[in-house]
Amino acid sequence: MSRDINVLLVGVGGQGTILASRIIAYVVQANDLSVKLSETHGMAQRGGSVVTHLRAGKEICSPLIDEGQADIILSFEQLEAWRWLPYLKRGGMVVVNSQVIYPVPVILGYQKYPENILEKLKKNIPRTFAVDALALAREAGNERTVNVVLLGVLAKNLEFDQSFWLQALESILPARVLEPNKKAFLLGYQES
Amino acid sequence: MEKVLMSGNEAIARGAYESGVKVASAYPGTPSTEILENVARYEEIYAQWSCNEKVALEVGIGASIAGGRTLVAMKHVGVNVAADPLMTLAYTGVNGGLVLVSADDPGMHSSQNEQDNRRYAKFAKIPLLEPGDSQEAKDFVKRALEISEEFDIPVMLRTTTRVAHSLTPVSLEEPGEVLLKEYIKEPQKYVMIPAYARVRHKLLEEKMSRIKDFNDNNPLNYIQWGDKEIGIVASGISYQYVKEALPEVSFLKLGMPYPFPENLVREFAAGVQKLFVVEELEPFMEEEIRALGLEVTGKEIFPATGEINAEMIRERIGNKTESAPVKLEDYSGEEIPPRPPVMCPGCPHRGVFHTLKKLKLIVTGDIGCYTLGCLPPLEAMDSCICMGASIGAALGMEKANPELKGKIVAVIGDSTFFHSGITGTLDIAYNLGSSTVIILDNRTTAMTGHQDHPGTGKTLKKEESKAADLHRIVNSLGIERVTEADPLNLKEVKEVIAREIESPQSSVIIFQKPCALQEKKDNPLIVDEEECSYCKRCLDLGCPGIMNDWEAEKVQINPDLCSGCSLCQQLCNAGAIRKAGDNLE
Repeated sequence: MSRDINVLLVGVGGQGTILASRIIAYVVQANDLSVKLSETHGMAQRGGSVVTHLRAGKEICSPLIDEGQADIILSFEQLEAWRWLPYLKRGGMVVVNSQVIYPVPVILGYQKYPENILEKLKKNIPRTFAVDALALAREAGNERTVNVVLLGVLAKNLEFDQSFWLQALESILPARVLEPNKKAFLLGYQES
Repeated sequence: MEKVLMSGNEAIARGAYESGVKVASAYPGTPSTEILENVARYEEIYAQWSCNEKVALEVGIGASIAGGRTLVAMKHVGVNVAADPLMTLAYTGVNGGLVLVSADDPGMHSSQNEQDNRRYAKFAKIPLLEPGDSQEAKDFVKRALEISEEFDIPVMLRTTTRVAHSLTPVSLEEPGEVLLKEYIKEPQKYVMIPAYARVRHKLLEEKMSRIKDFNDNNPLNYIQWGDKEIGIVASGISYQYVKEALPEVSFLKLGMPYPFPENLVREFAAGVQKLFVVEELEPFMEEEIRALGLEVTGKEIFPATGEINAEMIRERIGNKTESAPVKLEDYSGEEIPPRPPVMCPGCPHRGVFHTLKKLKLIVTGDIGCYTLGCLPPLEAMDSCICMGASIGAALGMEKANPELKGKIVAVIGDSTFFHSGITGTLDIAYNLGSSTVIILDNRTTAMTGHQDHPGTGKTLKKEESKAADLHRIVNSLGIERVTEADPLNLKEVKEVIAREIESPQSSVIIFQKPCALQEKKDNPLIVDEEECSYCKRCLDLGCPGIMNDWEAEKVQINPDLCSGCSLCQQLCNAGAIRKAGDNLE
């Protein structure tokens, strides 16, 4: 890879964005690129909007991606993809879980959840890959593998060999959850 | 050498290990918490959670006097709590090296203020090191301990959220052998009566003058000459942003910005046409540069609030941009509902705040997950200042305005109570207050990620210790009216609060229930659509598991989120909510 790659992972506190970012980081490092990650801890994790910045390249200084500079937005939830879209660079790619998680203002009926987000995403961003990651995670036998399903979709659209991803899963995940996660990854990979 | 990805906090822990730290202490606080969690993994280091940051630093002082290398960690506001021992520790100096890690939070990702603790280093007259990535975080711990021992002075290592919580590559080294120093009784050094302290203060001034000279030739501070039209002074994470934005310009990178390396700065300023300083929050270095009579641009173009980023620097110094945003159609940020943090489904705090709102009480709040009780729809909090403030504030309110008597409750968590609620409660008892203190005892330090505390009876190293008994502590402070109640039983919650608030004596209510994230979920509840009258009482709980479908005029419970805590069931007049699996009567 000749230039830097910026991936913004966005979702809702508790969805496993941090683990997903570790797996991408492993793959990137295995390909001899330097990587920096920056993540959200503390208060926002309580069901709030969370974001992890991942930057890889020959030499990375800032751990943060600024607006209009993300090559990829990997979103664990529809609304979060829409919220963070101004961070995407022209020609960038969006991988989005079609799952809907209502934020509290919507749950309480104070505000509306925007309609047709996926259609609008596809209209604005030709390279939008939407997937029902929760359904595929269930198919893989573990609902908590939503994050790895999405990594499967991402992997299909990046140039790193599949073997690096499987190797990353093996070295990062505990053995007892490895099988459903591998299955989840492959389901995501085949989906896109 | 193989490089490992580490967060700044992990790297600080590794630095402690590699440089032979014997004792590490802290109170958890974002963004510092993971430092001690990681230190605790090294068997060679004694590591502990203290009740608060003041005690943590005092433990560190003792460890240092005894001759061990010591690391004490806290978030920025924790240094306020530890400021008392810190200011005098600067006079006494150390035996084993002592590094105080202050993890600042520009942008207030998880804090009540964004104070810039570099000012504390200057205030206390101690050296300040600022790492900009994880490699530096690790290396600077070692340097800080060496400087501490060489100059007999505590050293502050200041990080910010983006250093603490960013993962960047680190080269690991094996720990060197660092022996415990001999303990020598030196009352004139460590007993700060005025006669001895006057001598120590003079010595401190002399030391700082020597450290200033040292810092002019300190390899942690260096110039990188580039295009000499622009010269930028930066430290910490700001240096990374500058280097990202304008790699072609000249830099003065300060790894140790205090005491300020005057000669080095003068040399740099003389070599460039226009001098800039890039720093988040306070104009700390800018003031030092101006004091030298040099012209510099800093806060004129960068904010004194929140964070800075590379794009800002590109635009404001470099007059260029790298942002290439997508042109968006049909996009309006205003239509996007915010997603604020929220109490989890099944949270034992929820029902208490729901009741406090119904009873229309004045609630002085405190720091923890339960601070979220201030947000709609619960909106049951009137103030939140700092750790422990709820209790003193409640007493002050009733003393200022006797009409408020019987309408005020202080709400505080268990870990926060042990941190700094005990003295406030004693103050209420001693000063004949009538306030009611509610301790929300969820058996953990939840907000920072479930750390143990004196009430859990487990140490940081997971040893069994004696669990502090809240009920008996409160009794011994002089408060006789102490009630323990179940926060998931709304009837009981209401009865107990209503009764205790009426009492002319001060009282304490302990609502004990473990944090929902640490409990096994019960069967989820379901709404019987036939029975539901859409009265919306359940929605007043603000539970993310209960969905208001206002178009269909229906309420639904999300089975994936519901913990089965039954608060909504207790509120439902129509009897429309039941446990999945239970039959309707």
